[in-house]
Amino acid sequence: MEGFKHLIDVLAKPTILVTFTFVIFFFIFPPSDWFDKWHRRLKFDALWGKKSLIIITGLLIAFFVFGLGDPDFRSIVLKPDNVPISGLIFLVFFFTWLSMSQAYKNDELQEAGKPVDEHYDAPNDKVLVWPDLVYVELISLVLCSAFFLLWSIGLAAPLEEPANPSESPNPAKAPWYFLGLQEMLVYFDPWMAGVVLPSLIILGLMAIPYLDNNPEGAGYYSYKNRKLSIAIFMFGWLVLWVLLIVIGTFLRGPNWNFFGPFEYWDSHKVEALTNVNLSEFIYVKWMGTGLPGNILLREIWGIIITLGYFMVLPPLLAKTWLKDMYAKLGVARYSIFIVLIISALTLPIKMYLRWMFNLKYIISIPEYFFNF
Amino acid sequence: MAEKKNLLQRLAEGQIWTSIFRGGGVPKSRRQRMMVVLNSVFLHLHPVRLPKHAVKLKFTWCMGGLSFFIFLILTISGILLMFYYRPTIEYAYTDIIDLAEQVPFGIMREIHRWGAHAMVITVWLHMFRVFMTGSYKPPREFNWAIGVVLLLLTLLLSFTGYLLPWDQLAIWAIAVGSNMARATPFLGHEGPGAALLAIGDINFVTVASDVRFALIGGRFLGEATLLRFYVLHCIGLPFVIMIFMAVHFWRIRKDGGISTPV
Repeated sequence: MEGFKHLIDVLAKPTILVTFTFVIFFFIFPPSDWFDKWHRRLKFDALWGKKSLIIITGLLIAFFVFGLGDPDFRSIVLKPDNVPISGLIFLVFFFTWLSMSQAYKNDELQEAGKPVDEHYDAPNDKVLVWPDLVYVELISLVLCSAFFLLWSIGLAAPLEEPANPSESPNPAKAPWYFLGLQEMLVYFDPWMAGVVLPSLIILGLMAIPYLDNNPEGAGYYSYKNRKLSIAIFMFGWLVLWVLLIVIGTFLRGPNWNFFGPFEYWDSHKVEALTNVNLSEFIYVKWMGTGLPGNILLREIWGIIITLGYFMVLPPLLAKTWLKDMYAKLGVARYSIFIVLIISALTLPIKMYLRWMFNLKYIISIPEYFFNF
Repeated sequence: MAEKKNLLQRLAEGQIWTSIFRGGGVPKSRRQRMMVVLNSVFLHLHPVRLPKHAVKLKFTWCMGGLSFFIFLILTISGILLMFYYRPTIEYAYTDIIDLAEQVPFGIMREIHRWGAHAMVITVWLHMFRVFMTGSYKPPREFNWAIGVVLLLLTLLLSFTGYLLPWDQLAIWAIAVGSNMARATPFLGHEGPGAALLAIGDINFVTVASDVRFALIGGRFLGEATLLRFYVLHCIGLPFVIMIFMAVHFWRIRKDGGISTPV
């Protein structure tokens, strides 16, 4: 039993959990035909069958029931403000399954030349709002109200000690829906994690309908015709948003150190912070000359890399690997799309640079609060 | 029993009932059922008729409707909470305790708190559903963007409400959040570029004039922060979100109702 708990603790480490997710993700949500081939060869399409729903939900429940026997797991999962995140895990899985299973069903129908499930023969297939819709709404409202009454009677809203500005809790956590952003603070300075990237998330979401100029798949669940856009959205939503929230809520303890779900939150856990900036790598470690006094000279390598990443990489991709996409999207759409994508990719890139080389900043100009 | 039914029937055909609900009687005929939607200010948010998949839970997940309904629950429970809660450092925390211990039916804060968490989740799931059915595609692009604004406003409403109990959970969560504002490029005093906004030795963006100062009404979380978040939470953001909701609902109808396969 202890061995199993220890195994889960190890598997939940961000390095392993995130790497595993990254590797497997695009085989589950294939963005291209090549991935789709392997997706089917590896039988991942069976995930969206009824059997998988029952098995995975059962496994999730079994895991929580098993975990609640453990005092450390219990103390974190049953913290009142964390309850919604446990619910979120189940809801996100269920609705992902629900949308994907319908999408796959519709894909099959379309392949067989039949109309999709949502097909309707306007205007004959219309139903009246009264009573067909209003009674669905009424039942939803009644059930929803009953649910909130029961939840509220059963579980008191969280309330801790009175506010004390001189005594900070450890860890101090943002509201749970912002924990993905707080998790990014590990890898980025606040101006990126707290301001620039959230703004890009909002702008990127708003830009989706203007960037995705594929007319297929409007008004019904489908996957085959919209592989790339769904895979990208799923990656952002399931991995970069929900998974980071789950990690931030359940797996980040005192000093924002990582703790496995069955690990005691020891505030004296020591994690060596040996992070090194790129400039220190180059001047101190490799050249052995010490950091130059001139800021520009010191950071020139990082600036070159960053400018290259944002200015040279997009046109390069447009000419080579993403040629077809560039042709389809045109200059304006492609530019915005690729900047959003490579901005989002800075997070995984910085994660791995940190894990593999203990790299802290690519550009580090603390004199002007500019660390990237 | 038979007499009671007659009474109901008589009521439904009486002057008072028919003056409120035009058409009279229980809507049974097709015409009556259409009129009942057209004649109600609330129901005519809907069209009179819908494609058949629009009433199926497995298509809509009901998440947009539930988000709106939870918003109503939050508005009502929030108004009730305002009767008891005073947004000052002196009273806020004790008023929260009183809400549970002194006020009859003392679960109003629970409903408000859990409802707020649930609304964040239903709004996310609504967005997820709209994405998966490709319902953001033309002609609904603009309404998707409005929806993203509504998502942002929902998070901001939840964030401002988080501070009001004035307990350790509240102030330190807001401290983490508002500290990020320090680092806003150009507008935060520890943000990149802020030092450039200066004439000689005079900095324009300082700890007492940056965007964090504007957000929390001071250099530290305190009385002004609580009042600011309270006003934003109860008046400012609800006002804005209702305008965007009105546009969102209006545009659903104007963009052709629920999305359908072409």
